[in-house]
Amino acid sequence: MMRSVQIAFCLVLLCLASIRTTTTHAKVFSPESFTLKNGLQVVLLPNHRAPIVTQLIIYRVGAMDEPAGKSGIAHFFEHLMFKGTKNLKAGEFSAIVARNGGQENAFTGQDYTGYHQSFAVDRLDTMMRIEADRMQNLVLTKEDIEPERKVVLEERNSRVKNNPSALLREEVNAAFYLNHPYRVPVIGWEHEIKALTREDLVKFYRQWYAPNNAVLIYAGDVSVEKIRPLVEKHYGKIPSVSMPKRVAWSEPPQQSDRRITLRHTQVRQPSWSRKIMAPGVQFGKLMTVYALEVLAEIIGGGTTSRLYRSLVVEQKIAANAGAWYDGDNRGPGSFGFYGTPLPGKTVLDVEAAVEQEVAKLLKGGVSEQEVREAITRLQNAAIYARDGLHAPASIVGEALALGLTIEDVEQWPERVGQIKVKAVNAVIKSVLGRKGSVTALLLPEDAK
Amino acid sequence: MIGLLPVFTVVLVFLTGVFGFFSPASAAKVETVVSPGGISAWLVRDPSIPLISMNFTFREAGASLDPKGKGGRAKMVSALLDEGAGNLDSQAFQRQLENQSIRLSFNAGKDTFGGSLKMLNKFRDSAIKLTALALTKPRFDKDAVQRIRAQILTGLKSRSSSPGYIANRVWSNAIYGKHPYARPTMGTQKSVAGLSVEDLRSYVSESFSRDRLIVGVVGDVTASELKPALDQIFGGLPGKRPRRKIKSARISSKGTLLVVKKAIPQSVVIFGQKGVTRSDPNFYVAYVMNHILGGGSFTSRLYNEVREKRGLAYSVYTYLSPRQMAPLLAGRLSTANDRVAESLRVLREEWQRMAVQGVSDAELENAKSFINGSFPLRFSSSDQISELLVTLQYYQLGADYLKNRRNLIDAVSAMQIKQLAKRVINREALTVTIVGDPKGVKATGKVPLLDF
Repeated sequence: MMRSVQIAFCLVLLCLASIRTTTTHAKVFSPESFTLKNGLQVVLLPNHRAPIVTQLIIYRVGAMDEPAGKSGIAHFFEHLMFKGTKNLKAGEFSAIVARNGGQENAFTGQDYTGYHQSFAVDRLDTMMRIEADRMQNLVLTKEDIEPERKVVLEERNSRVKNNPSALLREEVNAAFYLNHPYRVPVIGWEHEIKALTREDLVKFYRQWYAPNNAVLIYAGDVSVEKIRPLVEKHYGKIPSVSMPKRVAWSEPPQQSDRRITLRHTQVRQPSWSRKIMAPGVQFGKLMTVYALEVLAEIIGGGTTSRLYRSLVVEQKIAANAGAWYDGDNRGPGSFGFYGTPLPGKTVLDVEAAVEQEVAKLLKGGVSEQEVREAITRLQNAAIYARDGLHAPASIVGEALALGLTIEDVEQWPERVGQIKVKAVNAVIKSVLGRKGSVTALLLPEDAK
Repeated sequence: MIGLLPVFTVVLVFLTGVFGFFSPASAAKVETVVSPGGISAWLVRDPSIPLISMNFTFREAGASLDPKGKGGRAKMVSALLDEGAGNLDSQAFQRQLENQSIRLSFNAGKDTFGGSLKMLNKFRDSAIKLTALALTKPRFDKDAVQRIRAQILTGLKSRSSSPGYIANRVWSNAIYGKHPYARPTMGTQKSVAGLSVEDLRSYVSESFSRDRLIVGVVGDVTASELKPALDQIFGGLPGKRPRRKIKSARISSKGTLLVVKKAIPQSVVIFGQKGVTRSDPNFYVAYVMNHILGGGSFTSRLYNEVREKRGLAYSVYTYLSPRQMAPLLAGRLSTANDRVAESLRVLREEWQRMAVQGVSDAELENAKSFINGSFPLRFSSSDQISELLVTLQYYQLGADYLKNRRNLIDAVSAMQIKQLAKRVINREALTVTIVGDPKGVKATGKVPLLDF
């Protein structure tokens, strides 16, 4: 099998998010959890294969929480978390991590921001000390901020301006969400990144970086007895902060189907995709989310899925085709389709063929065998998810940051197992039959 | 999700494998298992999760052996082995894999052809059978070949406008010259269009044999269970095939700078020169040196000078590619067009500083402490370990390497780095390729016309 090229085109982040959803939750992490007096929730995922541990702290703040006109601040701020604090010089954080044989990185999304390091378990004390330190002690000098602003702008160049499919994705999202802040890209609009001030950054920090707005995960060779006193020592004294009331964003009903076309000199291979608004873990019932995960597996999960079989294997319209669902968000979820036409075929041929498959689903639904097989594949994937440290940590951490519970994660395989044909057919009608899709065409500049 | 550091590209993933250092501490106990049929494998038994991860590699089977004009042959085979084998056509084969969640994939590199198999224990028998079929009885049905060919062509067409891919192609050409390493593993649209089923079949019969095979296994399986499985999977392959050697490459030291002009806001810069091989007695010296120069993600000199101090680039790094026949020290950065000149100046200064001054004792200590301290992290998932078991065998490092590794790193001195740097590091020899619209940079050669 050839790994699909337009995975690159289909809204990559969402694709990956969806793959993760459908492949990782498992009733096997057996987490243990406790909460400090200051509100910091701590979760342990014991795994004693090797004397190593991953520390992951996720703050419940992401790009969607940015003030109007300040896009990119959540991500810019994430970069600044590696600068100087009252106790450490700029760059010292990473130097300490490296000196202790640790590996680290950080990420920002619409819903949350995370920081993680993996290291030998005997380094826990040091790693906790420096992670706790930067929760409230950043200094944020001009010398820290200005070169980093340039780095962020270069990052935007790399990710977006040099990449037509990312450019298109930004404009698709701006059209897709009529109201929700998801319409603004995580990395921010260039002119707003340029205009962010130190005051903006400090305000953002003081407002959101607090123990009661975070989830702290330890995956690896750990136990509550060992971890708890250390966590108390380093994180216990940090005062909680009163959290502002968050806007309960939601989307108005969408009436029109929209088309976004990007013709670009850098594009040689045309591609097609479509997105539809869908329920998510905070937008609708969880059982609906599970039904959509099963549906996405049936339509788009691999080379025996309906779309691939029909468009690629049988009809020979597309080189690749598939579908994805992403419901792991604080905001609304989305369901998507994508395809790359073969030479001699066009994006419109792909579109017609996908629509035909959707029409078949709307008319005939899915079969019991399809549902059963999809569920088994999803459940099997949950076993694979236990193999490693970083994946379990991020699955559990991200779920909690989205407002789910440990129970939701642990029960996932069982709940998915309860999905019946009827439930899948119901989401076909309510989601795939809905108005308000956005169709995206990525075309060479000279294409008709 | 976007992050502080780019998730590195294929190049680095590959290199992680090459340089993977192993944990004596975490004490993965390596058993050497030999099947009744004489197939040997390294096994780390771990019953904590009911799954098995197996990696295997055939030496002397990589894309650099693709005959002239048949570029992309090994790669195409790697995409076709799971598209029908034995009495199962493509859809039947794929359905068996998917419905039993068997993760089977193949990949062709420049030197080797590899496979990776991850299975739940409950589907072990089936996984073994399907992998054996894929290796020994691939069908190459016309329909599957056409489909995969179309996918590869689509991919090549997309890449033909990607600044990173173009930079890589042009740079490879400049640094490797006429050597087969200069040719793209994926082939070109022209070469892939011309591959026939006979080409694919002859690749399989020339390339897969038991004498070229290396196997690493991790998971919930005992040695006595693994033995028959090895024979079932690989026993049907030919025992021996003639050796096929790749010639030594003449790594360019002319310091050529090429510019591929493109109207994009950010230039992609690839640079490199001759490095040292994995078998070189100075390999560990070079390894530590590279870590300090540009290998350490948040701490290297280049990271500090290019990104932290000046904000010139989001990503800048160097790596060693220690191939026996073409060792390189190379790297990459991306920066705004009007800052390419400054970035190159900083890069050359750092190259020169290393050549003249070597490294400080503090830098050396920090690097060692990272390199030694971080190696148990390579042991966090089964497939990481099984892949590293293969790498160990590929470089003939021996199972006791796990124990010795720390000593090898600790033995590196600042004086050795200084001597090596003086001998090897040469800013005049850097072959540089830029794709973009760089300002204030003068090309010293003409970009050759390449097929994409």
